[in-house]
Amino acid sequence: MIENEGRIVSQQPPLQTSNRVWPVAGRILTYLIVSLGALIMIVPFLWMASTAFRGGSAFQYPPTWIPDPFSLDNFREVWTIVPFGRYLFNSLFVAVCIMIGEVLTSSLAAYAFARLRFPGRDAMFLMYLATLMIPGQVTIIPNFILMRYLGWINTYEGLIIPTAFTAFGTFLLRQYFLSIPRELEEAARVDGASYFQVWSRIIMPLASPAIATLAVFSFMGAWNSFLWPFIMVSTSEMRTLTVALRSFQTDYGTEWGLMMAGSLIAMLPMVVIFLAAQRYFVRGIATTGFGGR
Amino acid sequence: MSETTSKPTAPQRMSLGRRETIAGYLFLLPNLLGFVIFTALAVVASAAISLTSWDLLSDPEFIGLQNYIDLLTHDPLFRTVLWNTFYFTVVSVPASTVIALGLALMFNTGLRAIPLFRTMYFLPVITATVVVALVWRWFFNPDFGILNYALFRLGIDSPPNWLSTRTWAMPSVIILSVWKQVGYNMVIFLAGLQAIPTTLYEAASIDGAGRWQRFRNITLPLLTPTTFFVLIISIIGSLQVFDAVLVLTGGGPANATRTIVFHIWEEAFVFLEMGYAAAVAWMLFIMVFLVTALQWKLQKRWVHYEA
Repeated sequence: MIENEGRIVSQQPPLQTSNRVWPVAGRILTYLIVSLGALIMIVPFLWMASTAFRGGSAFQYPPTWIPDPFSLDNFREVWTIVPFGRYLFNSLFVAVCIMIGEVLTSSLAAYAFARLRFPGRDAMFLMYLATLMIPGQVTIIPNFILMRYLGWINTYEGLIIPTAFTAFGTFLLRQYFLSIPRELEEAARVDGASYFQVWSRIIMPLASPAIATLAVFSFMGAWNSFLWPFIMVSTSEMRTLTVALRSFQTDYGTEWGLMMAGSLIAMLPMVVIFLAAQRYFVRGIATTGFGGR
Repeated sequence: MSETTSKPTAPQRMSLGRRETIAGYLFLLPNLLGFVIFTALAVVASAAISLTSWDLLSDPEFIGLQNYIDLLTHDPLFRTVLWNTFYFTVVSVPASTVIALGLALMFNTGLRAIPLFRTMYFLPVITATVVVALVWRWFFNPDFGILNYALFRLGIDSPPNWLSTRTWAMPSVIILSVWKQVGYNMVIFLAGLQAIPTTLYEAASIDGAGRWQRFRNITLPLLTPTTFFVLIISIIGSLQVFDAVLVLTGGGPANATRTIVFHIWEEAFVFLEMGYAAAVAWMLFIMVFLVTALQWKLQKRWVHYEA
């Protein structure tokens, strides 16, 4: 797995000259700095885990790294004092629905933009491009008011539907579809395949790397998203994990053991997905700057 | 297709062009519906709302440009918000860009164990901001947090009370944000570095260019498109910082970390000042637009594209 993953970043030979020119001391220094940086990256997580697995009070002075006594009490408790299983389900259900929604709607639209000719196509595409720059906070107020009008506050519809469309994803898939040779589709069309069949049997399989990248990022975006669910949800049972952690902070602000246990549970699914689909993350960011902040 | 075989008596078959048009609209329809309702119409509605005073409880009252006039002429809080957002952006963007570039240059010398390191640098990127902010809040805890204990052991007698002093609250938010963003920017820089042809370096070495000269005359110029890209997305992201502020400091102490999106959120969804909040959101939009336009202009002058 490790060697396999290294391919993406180190696929091109590193500057061969540097190995010879750089003295050994320089290389050691490089390793030191990179390792120190990596340590800084994971130290807060180690502190989180240390607190989550500690039995008794989180307040210990002096603070220690090794949880003593080691205990799973925090995990058990966080599961009982709030409906944590429900939050996990909410996050998963909402993220999967948004992911499916985004992939479906944007791949259909991208096919229309990339391959079909119809009046108004280019104007509409330009309009999509123009809106990429609009910060989400501009539309959040009218969308909230619309949800309120529709009675979609505290519903899955409200959490999912307004965010299940992506102009950026449409744009990316369109660019990818344009790079697929037309010959295959034309042959299929001559054989009597409908446009829908061309999309589902030819374009989608051929574009699977781009689809996977979009899927991974839309899942991550939805799983980690906060502001929209935060304003959409006011009842306990509709909270997603991020909203639940924030409420936990408001309600049990000093229960650090429980909060760290909850945080650990909330981040684990993304870590697993990242390890499994690392190349799509790296490719998505490296080529398109996907998933900004 | 089925309609041609099942209805042989249909008066006329649709022309190919017409079918393509209908198919095009059908394919576009689901996305276009969402786009029109939740983006296009919402932008228009947001502009309209910004011209009103509206608390959602009574009917909106049209007040023209009054919200904007208030914002720009006599709203000291908005000035604080702008300053805080500026402070955050001006420190966090260069920091995360320079550190990421430095790391990418080191990674690009062909370190072993890159996947392991990359995973470590990526943990903050893939974790929700709410989660990492909660973790850092505990990490920053002045009495029981490990950070101040470590600083104390390193000989700093009174380490800062990070989140509850006006001096250190914003730096804390910045530290968290840089820490979260570095791995992301690094991956973009690495891709940019690997796109530079190694032959250029070889040729320069043969001509006797030293390491610094090669960096100065090859790496930096050829990396300017990547750098501009990183800068643009980092600045736009920084102007929208919210989750970290809410969880870490709640905008405080005494508004020291109240940023523009925090302000929008609180005015709209805590104080129900929809009109005012929409006007602030439009100010944010204008700022994002100006940044993007300015960078496009600068890009023409500064960026070297490969010949």
